[in-house]
Amino acid sequence: MVVWDKMMTEELLLLSVIVLPGAGAVFIALAGERHRNLREAITLSTAVLLFIAVLLLYQGIDNDTHLVVEIIEPVAGLSLALYVEPLGLLFGLICSFLWIITSIYSIGYMRANQEQNQTRFYVCFALAIAASMGVAFSANMFSLYVFYEIITLITYPLVTHSGTEEAIRAGREYLGYLLGTSICLLLLAIIWTWSITGTLDFTEGGVFVDSDLPAGLLTTLYVLYVLGVGKAALMPFHRWLPAAMVAPTPVSALLHAVAVVKAGVFTVVKLTVYLFGLDELVRTGAADWLFYLAGATILIASLIALKQDNLKARLAYSTVSQLSYVIMAAAILTPVSILAAAIHIAVHAFGKITLFFAAGSIYVTTHKTEVSQLDGIGRRMPWTMAAFAIGSLSMIGVPPTAGFLSKWYLLQGTYAVESWVAISVVVISTLLNAAYFLPIVYVAFFREDKEEKETHGEAPFTIVLALTLTAVGTILLFVLPGRLLSLVQLIKV
Amino acid sequence: MSTSHLLVLQVVIPLVVAPLCILIRKQALVWYVVLAVSWGTLFSAYRLLMQVLGHGEIIYFLGGWAAPWGIEYRLDVLNAFVLMIVASIGAIVMTYAKCSIIKEIAEDRVYLFYTAYLLNLTGLYGVVVTGDVFNMFVFIEISSLSSYAMISLGRERQALMAAYRYLILGTIGATFFLIGIGFLYAMTGTLNIADLGVRIPDLENTRTVITALAFLTVGISLKFALFPLHGWLPNAYTYAPSVVSAFLASTTTKVFIYVLLRILFSIFGTTFVFDIITLDRIFLASALLAIFSGSITAIYQTNVKRMLAWSSIAQIGYMILGVSLVSVTGLLAGIIHLFNHAIIKAALFMCMGCIFYRFNTVQLSDLKGVGRYMPWTMAAFILAGLSLIGVPLTVGFISKWYLIMAAIERDWWWLAFAIVAGSLLAVVYIWRVVEVTCFQSVTTKDHPEANQPHMKEAPLSMLIPLWILVIANIYFGINTELTVDVARQSAEWLFGIK
Repeated sequence: MVVWDKMMTEELLLLSVIVLPGAGAVFIALAGERHRNLREAITLSTAVLLFIAVLLLYQGIDNDTHLVVEIIEPVAGLSLALYVEPLGLLFGLICSFLWIITSIYSIGYMRANQEQNQTRFYVCFALAIAASMGVAFSANMFSLYVFYEIITLITYPLVTHSGTEEAIRAGREYLGYLLGTSICLLLLAIIWTWSITGTLDFTEGGVFVDSDLPAGLLTTLYVLYVLGVGKAALMPFHRWLPAAMVAPTPVSALLHAVAVVKAGVFTVVKLTVYLFGLDELVRTGAADWLFYLAGATILIASLIALKQDNLKARLAYSTVSQLSYVIMAAAILTPVSILAAAIHIAVHAFGKITLFFAAGSIYVTTHKTEVSQLDGIGRRMPWTMAAFAIGSLSMIGVPPTAGFLSKWYLLQGTYAVESWVAISVVVISTLLNAAYFLPIVYVAFFREDKEEKETHGEAPFTIVLALTLTAVGTILLFVLPGRLLSLVQLIKV
Repeated sequence: MSTSHLLVLQVVIPLVVAPLCILIRKQALVWYVVLAVSWGTLFSAYRLLMQVLGHGEIIYFLGGWAAPWGIEYRLDVLNAFVLMIVASIGAIVMTYAKCSIIKEIAEDRVYLFYTAYLLNLTGLYGVVVTGDVFNMFVFIEISSLSSYAMISLGRERQALMAAYRYLILGTIGATFFLIGIGFLYAMTGTLNIADLGVRIPDLENTRTVITALAFLTVGISLKFALFPLHGWLPNAYTYAPSVVSAFLASTTTKVFIYVLLRILFSIFGTTFVFDIITLDRIFLASALLAIFSGSITAIYQTNVKRMLAWSSIAQIGYMILGVSLVSVTGLLAGIIHLFNHAIIKAALFMCMGCIFYRFNTVQLSDLKGVGRYMPWTMAAFILAGLSLIGVPLTVGFISKWYLIMAAIERDWWWLAFAIVAGSLLAVVYIWRVVEVTCFQSVTTKDHPEANQPHMKEAPLSMLIPLWILVIANIYFGINTELTVDVARQSAEWLFGIK
């Protein structure tokens, strides 16, 4: 009886990660613009509750019970089901934790900017988090696909938030790339897999082990899957990400750090490990092409970032490049490189959200958007630019920031397979990262402010609080990596 | 009362009540009568479906004359399912109709609309339940003639032209159908479908039978607007009152596709139709052309109802594509899409009815920011639109899933790819509307009379039926036990498995 009770609580806990933000969205909608303080309080408390729920799931990860909760089963054998697994848990933890901070930040940002449709914004945000949780804890590829599509649709109103012609055009591009790839390639791959194996469950070692597929077929499938995940922003399907820059900064944070692109690379890693299986991929060489494509994306995106004067555009291309680190790490197909991929998901989330928060902070306070306008801004906004510097260092991979951690494991993985291509990609891109981030930090702190008459100071308190927290987090991940490492080491590759 | 009597009452009740409507004339009263008939026949359709699922075929001899001399009504899983589709759409649309009809049809003709509607319902029910091919023709004509009348009730003058065009083409279709029946009768001396199914296989090599197949197929394809015989459809659905578009788009075409299945599978048999005549190739080609030309044309429409009409042509392509794959899975996909598309398209047309009710237009350029005034209507449009696209957890996904599975079973990868590419086109034409109505900001230039009292959500009597359909779109996308089971049984039955 006691065991049954424990199972029940765990099932409820697992369901709650979706139900909580979903219910939060309803209450936010009910509160509406008229009770905006209440609305914001609901957002924050839901976010905190969600994080606690995911933490409790994390507490229970050690015992070996394989908890799977089936919600519905539209086609026989094909169910919407959730389960707990280390990689998903990592994504869930990042996502729910950063939602708290992003909410704090959004409140400051949205109010300071006097944005329209704030209730819609918070509702969609909460729903996007619910869907991301669904992606994180999906027990099979079908569930993951369902939640993946929900993320796309529910973030559309966020991307087009301002309602301007430019925003709508960006929204079109956003939907076009994401739905186009996911319907034409990913869905096809999923149905194909189903027709071959009769299962889409994530299993250790993959679902193709017994089917003995020829290498060509497996490669085709893998191509469809990986390119089908448009959210991973692998070239040539990356254009939507820079286009989506028109959205308000908290949305960019959601896209780049919390949910959207992270859901993309998470999906790629997840299906590499649990749907195809590293052994099967190594045996057939089905992932070799991906390694080169990801490497190329890293370098090309960095080169494009170098030329961007718009700060957010530069950050966007940096994201494209950083995401491909995760994909390249996964495509190296060694246990330690999978470790690196998982760590980089976490590390990049913290680093990039700090950078976006800083960019938004600058915009709210000064309405400056271009890198060339930032001379001497570090003196007026020391907190913001200090956080920006920490984020930059993490992107480059310099200790004492978290970026060093993932680069370290990534290099270990590349040494293991003795891939000189990968090592040179990492080295060159590190230099490029330095080349497009350090000048910003330099001019902000060491160049004279040309326009003396500007009298702005720091950004609103909630904004500064949020970006300080994420900057501190970036450093803490480096100083105290124990929990993170022990979690990712549980991933059974 | 035994259930087999329900079978004949299903047809007789609307037929008897139709002239009564002319006598009653009073708008409100007529609506209640029609509503009662619609829901009553839905109830009996449900009883019949359950009866068939539980105890197998129901056979009823009209006037007690045994087949093949008398007319026989025969209900198996397939037509019980189609009957259910027609009855449920009829009931929902009629519940919705009250306000919309007053808005879109001249007041002195409202009772005529209800009369025509009941006759149409009679015709559709009759086509579905009858087991006699000539009787089927008669009911086809009853339903077609009444639908011409319903379309011509539209307030714009083009409605008359649209109805006239439909009349000409529909009559050609009916004539072809009749010629086909004549040939069959000349060869076999029988009009009973089951009886024909026994006799035709021995005569298959005769030219007359092949000609009969050609006439029947072309005739009925004209009726359900298979590409390239779809010319009448866009104008008819555009200029008909919204209620009529919603009803016709989701029932008439479905019933005529049912007729096609009945003729091909129950009379001629799969070996003759697909292996010898290879009709599947023609179907495959027109289905693909329908999907792509229909969807692409839909993208360029400025009138939302016309866009939905073109989308219907594409969706008919999906149904016929399922048939053309000549497999149980393919046919299952086709049959289940009859139901799924019915509830999708009815919901979408009903949304347009709601918008017309408040804004007097369904021109896309006039609908900027409508979502602000009518959030529930547009939410319904988005959900039904997602279902049309085939997003998971909606009925549209279930259709696509089985269709792609069927393509993969035959190792036709290009086809699987074509199907998903078709979905993508649906994304484009649905999202155009969503973008304009929900995400473009309203300027006073677009709505000079902005914030006037009439610019608000549609009345509940329209919203509730609409949302019942939307919820059905999601419910049957999650719980597919009933629909998939029925579609599978029908498909297996048609292929003679079991």
